[in-house]
Amino acid sequence: MNLTLMGLNKIKEDYLAAQTVLARRIIVCAGTGCIVNGSMKVYEEFVRCIKDSGLNAVVELKKEKEEDGVFVSKSGCQGFCQIGPLVTILPENILYTKVRPDDVQDIVETTLIRGELLNRILYVDPDTKKPCKNQSEIPFYRKQQRFVLANCGVIDPEDLREYVAHGGYVSAAKACLEMTPLEVCKRIGDAGVRGRGGGGFPTGKKWEMALQKESDKKYVICNGDEGDPGAFMDMGVMEGNPHSVVEGLIIAARAIGADEGYVYVRAEYPLAVKRIRKAIQDAYKAGMLGRQIFGSSYNFDLHVMEGAGAFVCGEETAMIASIEGRRGMPSPKPPFPTQRGLWGKPTVINNVETLSNIPLVLAAGLDQYRSLGTHESPGTKTFAVTGHVANTGLIEMPFGSTLREIVFHVAGGMTSDDGKPMNDGFKAVQIGGPSGGCLTRDHLDLPLDFDSLKQVGAMIGSGGLVVMNKNTCMVSVARFFMRFTQEESCGKCVLCREGTKQMLSLLDDIIEGRATEETLTILEDLAIAVQKGSLCGLGKTAPNPVLSTLRYFRDEYEAHVKHKYCPTGKCKKLTKFWIDENLCRGCTLCVTKCAIGAIIGEKGQPHKIDQMLCRKCGACIEVCKFQAIKGGKS
Amino acid sequence: METLRKFEKVCEIVDQNDRSAARLIPILQAVQSEYRYLPEEILTYIATSLGISPASVFGVATFYSLFTMKPKGKYIIRICDGTACHVKGSMNLYEALRNKLTLKEGADSTPDMLFTLETVNCLGACGLAPAMVINDEVFGQLTPERVDSIIDDILDKEEKNEFDTHGA
Repeated sequence: MNLTLMGLNKIKEDYLAAQTVLARRIIVCAGTGCIVNGSMKVYEEFVRCIKDSGLNAVVELKKEKEEDGVFVSKSGCQGFCQIGPLVTILPENILYTKVRPDDVQDIVETTLIRGELLNRILYVDPDTKKPCKNQSEIPFYRKQQRFVLANCGVIDPEDLREYVAHGGYVSAAKACLEMTPLEVCKRIGDAGVRGRGGGGFPTGKKWEMALQKESDKKYVICNGDEGDPGAFMDMGVMEGNPHSVVEGLIIAARAIGADEGYVYVRAEYPLAVKRIRKAIQDAYKAGMLGRQIFGSSYNFDLHVMEGAGAFVCGEETAMIASIEGRRGMPSPKPPFPTQRGLWGKPTVINNVETLSNIPLVLAAGLDQYRSLGTHESPGTKTFAVTGHVANTGLIEMPFGSTLREIVFHVAGGMTSDDGKPMNDGFKAVQIGGPSGGCLTRDHLDLPLDFDSLKQVGAMIGSGGLVVMNKNTCMVSVARFFMRFTQEESCGKCVLCREGTKQMLSLLDDIIEGRATEETLTILEDLAIAVQKGSLCGLGKTAPNPVLSTLRYFRDEYEAHVKHKYCPTGKCKKLTKFWIDENLCRGCTLCVTKCAIGAIIGEKGQPHKIDQMLCRKCGACIEVCKFQAIKGGKS
Repeated sequence: METLRKFEKVCEIVDQNDRSAARLIPILQAVQSEYRYLPEEILTYIATSLGISPASVFGVATFYSLFTMKPKGKYIIRICDGTACHVKGSMNLYEALRNKLTLKEGADSTPDMLFTLETVNCLGACGLAPAMVINDEVFGQLTPERVDSIIDDILDKEEKNEFDTHGA
């Protein structure tokens, strides 16, 4: 089927015509977070309650004009998962939070029928204590700039027509019908789009390299193997606006002259896999994929490949090996995938967020895109903010925003371990996951972009931000990431395979009190060796968390090593155990319990723990009936 | 008879994937979702039908963490140990579950093969940390007490099912 620009316009007009009849619309968030909190039950309850109250509940817009009713639709992730399930009511634009199925009847009666606000489920601004009617009043949203995520959380991700009604697929059609491949590359290059997957390589340049390489066959791949623990930006985009990824891929394919593509998605994201599959299926039906797309002479086939749980497959060459059905092990670059990639053919691999930006860049024009962000890093970046902050979730900020804006304005400031506000609690932010580094109080006002972060030994990575309060032990954080990379190392390079293992055991020595000052020197030397001696990004960046915590929190490492003391009290093995003489009755229960005989004392006399022998297993604390055994820093 | 039926299904999966070695990962995924694990004899069979060495099939099967060559329980519980969940105490949940399911040291599955307990790197539900997934259902904002009651619910359901089957 041929589909031209006019065809797109027809889809748009039909959809809008059907929608305008329906004055009212209810959008229930159907992102992973809200579904976990029961938003699907809320959705069903809305359909039921609306019908029961005598109104017409429309769950799917039909082609012909609808009779009046309430349009109940689902959306992708709206970002603020913590206060979900979220329900938006249009045209009043009211945002209800933490909506339970029991609230639905009340919403229907109060808001839909009587037209009044239901105050008890509005978000309350923690500073002013005022209820917020919608996103524009909630600080979490007000301080963001939503460009890529603008349609996420608004449109129905499973309805191609709505994506088209919001201007979708026009950029792809124009790229196929009105622009030459070189023009497309140049436009993206001039806009200054840089890869959002971590490295920040200029996208236009990458495309041009692949375009210039002559070949009978070329491929484009979307990298949706978002493996960083604590990052879920790409998942948000794939779940909330899958068509934007498909459109980005069509444009990329047109730009380099590819006729086949893959979307590589983590299998741990079942909902994203489902929505991407549906989007591709619908795009085939509508004539945006397949043969002679948009009525042009180009063909483009798109497949979905589910990952099988290997972090290293996020690396380009490993991903290619995985698509070819082999072990996902990286190979040396050059040759770069743009020269010799999938099945030996020139291949462009772009990250989900990058691809989702592409249609918007072509539609918005250079000036508008460049007005966001900084000169060297134009545009916006999505971040997943987690950890010890009041508001966790998915956010989008222009490049050049500062950590202070993100942590204190958008994320609502620091919290303690049990979630209570902790005003002066900021300690550090781990940015970029296991390949990134940490940023401290000194970096709070640093404008975040690709280059500024590199200078301070961190990287934007895919955009995971883990905020940590001052009760967090930085050595343990470094160990957490080291354990992750050690487990995920594919084993090809000796230094990555053995080096990460040794680094992990050195960190264990530090945490468990076996380290000497020499340990720190060995750790540092080894970190640099692993960086230099590994083939791919995983190994090259694996030591980053260690190096950057050593750089900024050396005193904490030294406290562990020299004084066998964890300043935050989080390292159990460095906790000291002692017996309170006033409470001890001398029952000898702990003496018999201690497996290594570290507790000494006669029956009826207060006991003592031999600190040299004590292994800090904590068994004596559990067995003591008089709470005489204490554990702590001193 | 049982074995024959086993291979019939594998044949079907291999055929659906054009008997192409490039489709090895999707084939293994389909086989695993059918049998809940990758039986050794089936891997050899797949190698022969794709015309590649058993070593390359075993190589792929052991490389990716979602593939398993050990049988797994009916309910696969994966505790998320991503950064956000880790910071919010996912390991306490893991320990609580090990106790609840009375798993022996070194074992991941209960002897009756009802439950298998694992960890997973990140489920992307970081806003709701700590989280876990049981088969396909995700649970968020967990506490050891809630985990306990979720397992009890499953046990109740299983007991009822058993009763129904025997009663019928």
